[in-house]
Amino acid sequence: MEYVSPEGLRLDGRRPLEMRQLRAELGAVSRADGSAVFEMGNTKVIAAVYGPREVQQRSQQLNDKALIRCEYTMANFSTGDRMRKPKGDRRSTEISLVIRQTMEACILTHLMPRSQIDIFVQVLQADGGTRSACINAATLALADAGIPMRDLVTSCSAGYLNSTALLDLNYVEDSAGGPDVTVGILPKLDKVTLLQMDAKLPMDIFENVMQLATEGCKAVANYIREVLIENTKQLENRRGV
Amino acid sequence: MLQNKSFVRKTKQGKVIKVVREHYLRDDIYCGASFCQNCDTKSARFSSPDSTILVVDTNVVLNQIDLLENPAIDDVVVLSVVLEEVKNKNLAVYNRLRALCSNTLRRFFVFSNEHHKDTYVKGMVGESPNDRNDRAIRVAAQWYKNHLGGPTRVLMITNDRENKRKATEEGISADTIESYVKSLNQPALLDLLVQPHFSEDMEIEDLRPSKKKVIYTEHKPMSEITSGIRCGIYHQGKLRVNRYNPFEAYVGSESIGDEIIIFGRGNMNRAFDGDVVAVELLPQDQWHTEKSLSIAEEDDEEDDSIHLAPNSADDAPRITNLPQGSSINSNIAPSRPSGRVVGIIKRNWHAYCGSLEPMAMPAGNAGIAHALFVSKDRRFPKIRIQTRQLGNLLDKRIIVSVDTWDCQSKYPSGHYVRTIGDIGDRETETEVVLIENDIDARPFSAQVLSCLPPLPWSVSPEDLSNPIRQDLRHLRIFSVDPPGCKDIDDALNCTLLPNGNFEVGVHIADVTNFVHPGTPLDSEATQRGTSTYLVERRIDMLPKPLTEDICSLRADVERLAFSVIWEMTPEAHVISTRYTKSVIKSCAALSYVEAQARMDDSRLMDPVTIDLRNMNTLAKIMRQRRIERGAITLASAEVKFQVDTETHDPLDIGMYQIREANQMVEEFMLAANVSVAEQILKSFPQCSLLRRHPSPTKEMLEPLLRTAASVGLDLDVSSSKSLADSLDQAVGDDPYFNKLIRILATRCMTQAVYFCSGDLSPPEFHHYGLAAPLYTHFTSPIRRYADVIVHRLLAASLGIYKLPTIFQDRPQLTSIADNLNYRHRNAQMASRSSIELHTIIFFRKRPTDTEARIVKIRANGFIVFVPKYGIEGPVYLTMRGEKGGGEWVVDEQQQKIKKTDGSIAYGVLQSVKIHMEVVEPQPNRPKLQLSLI
Repeated sequence: MEYVSPEGLRLDGRRPLEMRQLRAELGAVSRADGSAVFEMGNTKVIAAVYGPREVQQRSQQLNDKALIRCEYTMANFSTGDRMRKPKGDRRSTEISLVIRQTMEACILTHLMPRSQIDIFVQVLQADGGTRSACINAATLALADAGIPMRDLVTSCSAGYLNSTALLDLNYVEDSAGGPDVTVGILPKLDKVTLLQMDAKLPMDIFENVMQLATEGCKAVANYIREVLIENTKQLENRRGV
Repeated sequence: MLQNKSFVRKTKQGKVIKVVREHYLRDDIYCGASFCQNCDTKSARFSSPDSTILVVDTNVVLNQIDLLENPAIDDVVVLSVVLEEVKNKNLAVYNRLRALCSNTLRRFFVFSNEHHKDTYVKGMVGESPNDRNDRAIRVAAQWYKNHLGGPTRVLMITNDRENKRKATEEGISADTIESYVKSLNQPALLDLLVQPHFSEDMEIEDLRPSKKKVIYTEHKPMSEITSGIRCGIYHQGKLRVNRYNPFEAYVGSESIGDEIIIFGRGNMNRAFDGDVVAVELLPQDQWHTEKSLSIAEEDDEEDDSIHLAPNSADDAPRITNLPQGSSINSNIAPSRPSGRVVGIIKRNWHAYCGSLEPMAMPAGNAGIAHALFVSKDRRFPKIRIQTRQLGNLLDKRIIVSVDTWDCQSKYPSGHYVRTIGDIGDRETETEVVLIENDIDARPFSAQVLSCLPPLPWSVSPEDLSNPIRQDLRHLRIFSVDPPGCKDIDDALNCTLLPNGNFEVGVHIADVTNFVHPGTPLDSEATQRGTSTYLVERRIDMLPKPLTEDICSLRADVERLAFSVIWEMTPEAHVISTRYTKSVIKSCAALSYVEAQARMDDSRLMDPVTIDLRNMNTLAKIMRQRRIERGAITLASAEVKFQVDTETHDPLDIGMYQIREANQMVEEFMLAANVSVAEQILKSFPQCSLLRRHPSPTKEMLEPLLRTAASVGLDLDVSSSKSLADSLDQAVGDDPYFNKLIRILATRCMTQAVYFCSGDLSPPEFHHYGLAAPLYTHFTSPIRRYADVIVHRLLAASLGIYKLPTIFQDRPQLTSIADNLNYRHRNAQMASRSSIELHTIIFFRKRPTDTEARIVKIRANGFIVFVPKYGIEGPVYLTMRGEKGGGEWVVDEQQQKIKKTDGSIAYGVLQSVKIHMEVVEPQPNRPKLQLSLI
């Protein structure tokens, strides 16, 4: 199948190096300490953060750092065509773990010993790249909750189809069966916290694709930063500073 | 820059689901005019501001693609909405359109109107998708008009009346393709035009009385077909028309697991060979009667077409065939279901080669003449065309495309595409062969030739000093090929080692050193896939300097090679295998005859001869071992022509003789291929290109078994080993019997095919004929592209080069393998057709009497095989026009045809004397006729 036309347009009209439209909103769940909705095109994810708070199960308590817990779910209505198992399937468990590890890498856990931070992410609408969208939403929610972090973690995916590197795959491109590289970085520190790929790629192409995904992460980081600044300005306005 | 507009679409995949996809609109899509001030002109195609820019509608592209391909039509905007519609409706036309758009010599520009912010249209409530697309085309045309302005005229070409009316209302100049072509004042173009099927045209046609009646039943609507297939009333399958009898077709149906026979054009109901059709089974009691009915009904109408058909291998006289036809059917397979076509799911129309039916020039020469076109391939019906140049076309081979076939006309209607040349001319007929087999025989383009290294080429010091290349110039390497071979791609050597073992090397021309991935040369070779060998010429896969000079491992010149070197014990056990790129210097280019003579001449004791004898000894052991494993020695009747160097006329014809030297070389090539296959699969389990030969099924071997049983032979076909053994034991009283049985066995096998190792599981990799678990092609990179791919894989597995990126893309690799299979098959078909053509030329002046073998019994005669000339054809016992069909009776069980009084009987495999002669029942349409003496 032709994923990139000879005119250089992808199926949805983007060019190979373009991302989908980003949209973010803070404070979507008022009860949570921090929350955010993050959209990458038609992929829509909501994240809520509780904590730092007392550890619920004493046995899990860590004395030198905070306990991070993460739960990833997909809403039953998120794909439209089929019902997923509500919880605890392998895919969800894996993504929960991936998000937890990525977030742990940037939260300054040693500042909050004997406490617990819960991150809940739910996919409201899935159209490819849910993993990246969840990480971005979680970052925003953590920032909204005011949890100290080393840097903002951002994530973006890139793939390789029709001998072209493509940024930010949507569902159709994702299910084409090509390689899908998901990268998470700390943009300021320029460090990689997440790198996943479940296909084979020769080294030089892989480096190109990963470079592209990293560029995507940086673009996401810029956007997130803008959103946060905008949000802070609004808070200032509301307080009448 | 991005604007988001998601739209909602419903698609049907058994159930209705709602698909939501993003659709981005952009402002960086340009108009493609180099004189435009606002747009980026990097990829612009339109150069002159005062030309007419055409915006074509989908129906124009679908119907008039032959016209668009004519260079007279240019400055065309192809909208992405049109492309998309064309793609969904007809992939072949889409590919041709894409080729046009990417051709830099033509001014076709793709405008992505669907993603342009000003030309995107959203479907309105209650608007059909068709209407929306028409509106999108109008909007785009309007945009072009406003955007370009000035002297540039934007003309929308549509044959949809409603669309044209609306366009005119909206102030867009619109025209039909007919009137546009007329305005160009090039009468020859008008022939290319597909005649529209509007009611007004129908009126003209209706003046002819024969047109009024409905000849074919109406096709069922698509919805009824799909539901019918689902509930099992109809059966879907590809229609295959019998090569010998165009009134008989088969539909291989998965749903009933058997072939459905379709008799007569009426039951075929306008389906062409290759169409995917829906078939309804006839009631069982009609399985025979229906057939005779349908033919009888056609008889008076179609009579002339049968007698006309050129080159008919099985020119069964219709009338006599009739009563027998039904009896033969009841004899062969009383349970064979027959059916009729109720609808066509997918058309397989393309362009056909042939000639016009001879006809008198109509009065008023300048006017439009209706002519009937007869395809060279008998499987296709005659096609009605309109032409204004009848006088020119009558004696020519022409190409014609089919446009429509409605149920009121006996024949489909089409249009003239182009002329090839005079009928009967050898060059014209050769070109017909090439076109029919889709072989690109054009000279290589300048781009391709620019990839070649400068001539004269010789091995450079860099090549010698390259660490990946081993210097093997000191070895006594020689090549053994057919006489006169110029593209020598393999050479051999055999050295006795001090420990008594042999070092045997197979050195293959290092084509990949010159053909680099991604170059125009490489993509051209990918497309061509293989060289094609015709009787009098060779169509190369690679340009001549490469095939005959730079890569050819000729004697006494240094050449680059890719070598497989084994150490073998005198018992031909391989101790070690290594692969290396090398520089070699062949010391002798022998022909098979020479090599054989050297080996046979016991007085000769020169080193090369001794090497040859050693190799032959090894090869015999290897061959024996292979046969013990169950490899089947197949046989085919290859013929060889001696061609006059001046006129290219065939001088002599005879069987191709296979000598021990051929088998020796073949054995080492097989061994090299197997070794390489193992090596590449080990390194690249997912993306190796291998060759497999599927085991034949019981059904495929059925004809062989039946023939064998009738002569009292019992073949065991349970495995390749048992088949090989029973073939060995099949020795009749005459010497040719065994070979004949082998030829018949070969015919039952399928062809070996290329495939990508990731697509199948290892047990399926098996090569049945060679009894090898793995096999690939490595030894002929000059003439086969598969070998080029394998060379790259092998080089990558040795770490010499990186694997080209194409190997990462499995679908693409699979499509390359498919293309190679397609090209390979076509090349074979073409060389067979070429041989047939030359056989006719040969026998034209030389009527011959010869011996032949009966291979198949038919109702009114039998098919004979002439071993001496490798041809096969029918011999009729009942002559055309004779109504004495009842005189001969077929005994299906014994495979015999007998006279009713029992005086004469012919059985299968029996030897008969026949007379061969070229007759011309129609002027310029010679055919070979076999008759019994």
